Amino acid sequence: MTRALRQQRLPILAVVACALMAAAIASIAYVAPVDANQGLSQKIFYFHVPIALTAYAFFAWGAWKALRVLWKRDEAADLESYVAIHQGVIFGVLTLVTGSIWAKISWGVWWAWSSNQLVLFLVLFLFYAAYFMLRYSVDPGPQRANLCAVYALFGVALIPVSFLAIRLANDFIHPTVFTSNGPQMSGRMFFAFCLSWAAMLALAASLYHVELAGKRLDSRLRELREVLAR
Amino acid sequence: MSYLADVGALARKDLLLELRSRDTLPAMLLFVLSSFVVFHFVLPTGTDRLAAQGLLWVAIVFTALLGLARAFSAEREQSVLDGLVLATRDLSAIWFGKALSILAFLALAEVVALPVFGLFFGRVELRTVAAVALADLGIAAVGTLLAGMAAASRARELLLPLLFLPLVIPLVIGGVGATVADHPSSYLGLLALYDAVFGLVAWGSFAYVVAE
Repeated sequence: MTRALRQQRLPILAVVACALMAAAIASIAYVAPVDANQGLSQKIFYFHVPIALTAYAFFAWGAWKALRVLWKRDEAADLESYVAIHQGVIFGVLTLVTGSIWAKISWGVWWAWSSNQLVLFLVLFLFYAAYFMLRYSVDPGPQRANLCAVYALFGVALIPVSFLAIRLANDFIHPTVFTSNGPQMSGRMFFAFCLSWAAMLALAASLYHVELAGKRLDSRLRELREVLAR
Repeated sequence: MSYLADVGALARKDLLLELRSRDTLPAMLLFVLSSFVVFHFVLPTGTDRLAAQGLLWVAIVFTALLGLARAFSAEREQSVLDGLVLATRDLSAIWFGKALSILAFLALAEVVALPVFGLFFGRVELRTVAAVALADLGIAAVGTLLAGMAAASRARELLLPLLFLPLVIPLVIGGVGATVADHPSSYLGLLALYDAVFGLVAWGSFAYVVAE
């Protein structure tokens, strides 16, 4: 039973992601109240913030896999770390795009340097884009796994330090939804938010497994070709 | 004790090499001075004095980058690094020694550059000097590790700025803040925090960069 479940993990995950996404969109449209100040445009919040949190989750997951590369000498973790960071960058770009759209509607500009989170995502985007440059300029092998893992670990140190730095450098125009007093949302908003975050995580997890399966197939194929050429 | 002896010997080797060949330091000095001249023409007349103070950090970061690009060139040319990896008891000593020599180059370049900056663009305050000293530690720690990474790749000099610049953005924020803000202490604290966090990460992970 468990083995069958594991083999069917990807289709199950994809179906769950689709169902959650549909439920999330429905609850954003019908359950969550319309914002008194910003009106309909505030609904992008239910996409923007879950996407950003999902990107963070993937950067953390990539760093965790990187730690396993260095610590346990787990060779499979190298590819997993790479795929996690790749997904993290995709969601990071989506965060920048959705944040930019929201900034245009509510502040009237496409880009606001005063928005800490947007600037942080720009820094992280540059940082992780350089990760790919590094990865593709080193020949595959244990050294590449090590270099990429060390760089990915630097990323998790960079996130809090940059966040602190950018926060220090700016006044706070960006709405802070999660404060130390708990989320500043009504119950219905919080429900829609959690649902769309779960949907985004499920979607990202399915994308992660699709890419991982493809990359594994790729390397298996390459090995088979090498055996055949011999 | 033997660890510190290794570190000392490695740093001394780099400084001696520089003393004999004079490759890096004159280039860094000339670069930082010419960038000041560029700054003069970049800033339109009537620009706030603070703008020039901010540009000082551009000069520091790029001068450091110039020195870092050559940090492992001697080791790479005659595959000295393999020998060092075999001979050193603790691989992080290679990072430590190299970071010390980079720090020395940076400090020497700035000993000349800061007074010249003061001469051209107005007084350099004590808090700026403190911020530069703290930032140098972070630049040397992170830069040495990244230079080691870049040396292991095919792209080398091309890769180093791409890896380095996003990582030093917190240092630039802290440095500029400490230079121009009303209350520099929190920015100096940020610089010290950066040095501690990234110094530890770089020290702990360098062994994986050079060994397979």
